[in-house]
Amino acid sequence: MHPARSLIAFTTLSGLGFGLLAWLGIDPTPPTGAVAAAFYLVAAALALAGLGVSALHLRRPERAWRAFREWRTSWLSREAWTAALALALSGAQGLLLTFGTGLLPALGMGLAPLGWLAAAAALGTVLCTAMIYAQLATVPRWHHWSTPALFLALAITGGALLSGRIAVASVALALTGALQLWCWWDGDKRFARAGHSLATATGLGGIGTPRPLFPAHTARSYVMDEMVCTVGRRHARKLRALSLALMTVLPVVLLQLPMPHLFGFLALVSHVIGVFVSRWLFFAEAEHVSGLYYGRR
Amino acid sequence: MTALPPEPVRKLGLVIDLDTCVGCHACVIACKGWNDVAYGAPLGDADAYGADPSGAFLNRVHSYEVQPPDGPAQHVHFPRSCLHCDSAPCVPVCPTGASYKRAEDGIVLVNEDACIGCGLCAWACPYGAREMDPSAGVMKKCTLCVDRIYNDALPEQDREPACVRTCPSNARHFGDLADPESAASQLVEARGGFALMPETGAAPVNRYLPPREKDWDETGWGDETDVLAPWLAPVAEEPQGFLGWLDRTLGKV
Repeated sequence: MHPARSLIAFTTLSGLGFGLLAWLGIDPTPPTGAVAAAFYLVAAALALAGLGVSALHLRRPERAWRAFREWRTSWLSREAWTAALALALSGAQGLLLTFGTGLLPALGMGLAPLGWLAAAAALGTVLCTAMIYAQLATVPRWHHWSTPALFLALAITGGALLSGRIAVASVALALTGALQLWCWWDGDKRFARAGHSLATATGLGGIGTPRPLFPAHTARSYVMDEMVCTVGRRHARKLRALSLALMTVLPVVLLQLPMPHLFGFLALVSHVIGVFVSRWLFFAEAEHVSGLYYGRR
Repeated sequence: MTALPPEPVRKLGLVIDLDTCVGCHACVIACKGWNDVAYGAPLGDADAYGADPSGAFLNRVHSYEVQPPDGPAQHVHFPRSCLHCDSAPCVPVCPTGASYKRAEDGIVLVNEDACIGCGLCAWACPYGAREMDPSAGVMKKCTLCVDRIYNDALPEQDREPACVRTCPSNARHFGDLADPESAASQLVEARGGFALMPETGAAPVNRYLPPREKDWDETGWGDETDVLAPWLAPVAEEPQGFLGWLDRTLGKV
């Protein structure tokens, strides 16, 4: 699949933003006042930047509002709803924590359910994003439970890093790294496991072994640009190593050093770059079955 | 609505004969020509006369070579377009309801006024049958010439998809594949028509007719295939003269 910069940026940034909102939502002793404002602004900026970039992927962005309609069947539509819900709930919570410090003692634990709902909506958005990819039987590498698992794990890990939970983040980084490794290892076998081949794609397998003789068209096409994009895989192995090192190994080490503000920040930067690389590979390494017609994957 | 309708009573679709298709691409051009001026936004091109031309097509013709376990390789031309699937995976993924399947005849269409151009339906299609229009920014796909087949303004013989009407080798047939008595269904029955990639579960309506078995035995294509064959047989199986020396010498090295 074509690794579209808009989708890579969207899934990475919004994953971080919603991950942070989830941690802020379930925090029993949330920050208040200016600190709360800073946390919520960072989270909202990441989530909104992600959503804004995702609109660049649309060819008719002025009609984006229509995407709210088909939530009964479409994960893309569900994502629009959960994102709006998460931003509204977290926004209410953030405003209360920032400006309503006088009200907080009176509210007491009353604020907690709002936070839990906001956290659920935030993680629900990440889940819907992941399901857009996981639902596609046409891309066997994505069509697996591990796709939402990895998206959620990365959001939770990134959120923990952003909110300064050093112990939690260290454990989450290690677990996410292991999950990512397994996703690559297992993902490489999924196309073969799905059983698609040029023989089934053309139905000519009953006669013999088909192979492409000459192309259907000499110019490029939308299907080739979008689905049969193999260029991004050239350095896949090196990029996997780089991604794992930056995304999990280096941040775990950095988090154990003194001066948590400096090294915590460096761990975050390293992690985010690593997630970008991982997301690039998520798209670039994905093989669409329609590529079979072109003799490629 | 992007929920799939209950199973349609009529299932209009194409039957494509891989035996008689000669790979002339006339269906591709007829389709492009009709859809340039018909249903929805004109089927667009980008940089049509420039250095990097591309464009949306609703039908593409591939060519494959099939090597049977015994016997010579066969050459098969393979037209590929929307198969108007029973469980069309492109329909439920649409967030706006622009992608839909008609309850009355099973045709899968795009309401271009509601399409946001996200491209998710094209990702969901196993057959690569949908292409984004480069100028209108909406998804295009085979309409089964819905604006021809019900069009009373056209002479009756023209009320079939443009690709079927134009095919010079009669390799394309159009009909109701839910009706076992229809000519299209009869053809599928008689020739052992098959569906593409049944393992995807999309349940396509269109059928493909396999290439017929070719006359062939171990001696070649049979005596009558080519009168020139005896004169085309190699005269010397072993290389002679300098080439023979080179062959023997290199063989020893």
